[in-house]
Amino acid sequence: MADHNNIILEARNIRTENRGAVTLDVQSLKVCNDEVLSIIGPNGAGKTTLLQRLAMLQRKPRGELLFRGKRVGTDLSATEYRRCVTMVFQETLLFDTTVFENVASGLRFRHTGKDEIERVVSENLELFGVAHLTGRSVRTLSGGEARRVSLARSFAVRPDIIFLDEPFSALDPPTHESIVADLSHILRRPGMTTVFATHDRSEALRLSDRICVMDRGKILQIGTPDEIMNHPADDFIASFVGAETILPGIVTDGNAGTISVNVGGREVMAVGEAKAGQNVVLCIRPERIALSVESRLDATSERNVLAGTVVDVTSLGLYYRVTVDCGFILSAYITPGSVKKLGIERGKKVHASFKATAVHVLKR
Amino acid sequence: MDLIYEGIKQAIILLITLDPEVMRITLLSLKVSGTATIISLFIGISIGTLVALAQFPGKQFVVSLINTGMGLPPVVVGLFVTIFLWRSGPLGFLGMLYTPTAIIIAQSVIATPIVMGITLAAMQQLPKKMRLQVLALGATPLQSVWVLIREARLPLLAAVMAGFGGVISEIGASIMVGGNIKGYTRVLTTATVMEAGKGNFEVAIALSIILLALAYCINYILTHIQQRERRF
Repeated sequence: MADHNNIILEARNIRTENRGAVTLDVQSLKVCNDEVLSIIGPNGAGKTTLLQRLAMLQRKPRGELLFRGKRVGTDLSATEYRRCVTMVFQETLLFDTTVFENVASGLRFRHTGKDEIERVVSENLELFGVAHLTGRSVRTLSGGEARRVSLARSFAVRPDIIFLDEPFSALDPPTHESIVADLSHILRRPGMTTVFATHDRSEALRLSDRICVMDRGKILQIGTPDEIMNHPADDFIASFVGAETILPGIVTDGNAGTISVNVGGREVMAVGEAKAGQNVVLCIRPERIALSVESRLDATSERNVLAGTVVDVTSLGLYYRVTVDCGFILSAYITPGSVKKLGIERGKKVHASFKATAVHVLKR
Repeated sequence: MDLIYEGIKQAIILLITLDPEVMRITLLSLKVSGTATIISLFIGISIGTLVALAQFPGKQFVVSLINTGMGLPPVVVGLFVTIFLWRSGPLGFLGMLYTPTAIIIAQSVIATPIVMGITLAAMQQLPKKMRLQVLALGATPLQSVWVLIREARLPLLAAVMAGFGGVISEIGASIMVGGNIKGYTRVLTTATVMEAGKGNFEVAIALSIILLALAYCINYILTHIQQRERRF
């Protein structure tokens, strides 16, 4: 479990520029011992740049990095620091030799003894389920096998911190699922701190103790998965973490922790503190919205029941996204069984309902 | 046709009888060009790798310079090495002109940019993040350079072949700085030119065949290593 009082790595005022453009600008970032910290954000958010900076892989680093309280570059040389951490890149970047030699490479850099190398390499190949490939040339590996070997290579050096840069991208779904499942156990081992960049929020939710949201080189919010998913700091984060319904409105009434907000002429009830006349943005996750054919206003604790018309029904595999026009657009996730039972189709009149507590209020 | 036939026959006789003069010339050619290739590998791979991995202002200018050097005319190299080693030249006091060492120097100058250019291209073909991955695994800067050179070993074998091929077959520099002295600085190319000049075409053809066979054998061995690596 993460020890939030024990900071293993701290970055201060780190900044990177590329041809005059600022690609990374982070005032402060603390990584706790034994935690899994996910960095999420869209493409070009600066996730890879941040990981490379934290791993001391940039040519002219700016800002300060403290590892276990020691300044990297002064109290601790860059090579000494890099021998305490490691990084797995988006590409597997295996060396053109055997699987064994790849996994042994980090240990050879550290002049580890032959017997120890053999023991650690077999242990890590076993851990990632690729022990049977030990003598094989990396040229003959499949994408999933190559990814497992590259993970084994990095874990073999027993790093204090491992930086993972979108390690599951470009894998087919079954391979992706099997590697994520294995890694979710491995990352929970004591003494393992992980900083993990991804643009897949479900991966982040599944693996992380904390999530850090980035965009345009800046950190927008850091918090537990629950904080990020249910209390996003702004509408960009809300949208990125999956609050598909984001509605700007004006508070018409505020009373005892419940506010009434006018959104496109309709009243929406939400939990929060705001004064009448204040501009707010309401964020609602699609899985929090229920659809019914008849109004359930009198038979439910849900404070928001809005009549509307279905404008779109899209299959997302295991469930459907149903878009409803209630004077503004709402998105709801509905199971195939419910779609069939309610006869949901374009033009169907429905009632969308959600609790006031399902609405996250952002003040403008 | 008779001339060619006679030349081939003469070559076979010279080879079978292990003609002492031909053997001396062949061995000297191998020694001089082999040494020059080894020297050019040390210098060319080091500088080529450094230029490929380092970021510095004017890098493009340096890369263009190296690429231009790959086509350095041997006669021009021969001329400048001669001037440098001339009695009154900057290195005249060494007394190296018209010695095998002078040929080695000139051939090294010819082969080094070839090796350097191929090394540079080979290193730049590696994935950009490979260097970062090696460092991320805890390598020192020196260890990371060694790993990258190892990763580029197949194209680097091409550098060896191109370097050796370039110098074993050149004549301009060898004749200028070596002087084609019998039993001392006479190599296969200079001997071929001399024999052709004297009208001894059969001997010239014989020497050419030996030169071709030599170049083929060396390249066959290197190609065999390269292809075995590729299959691995």
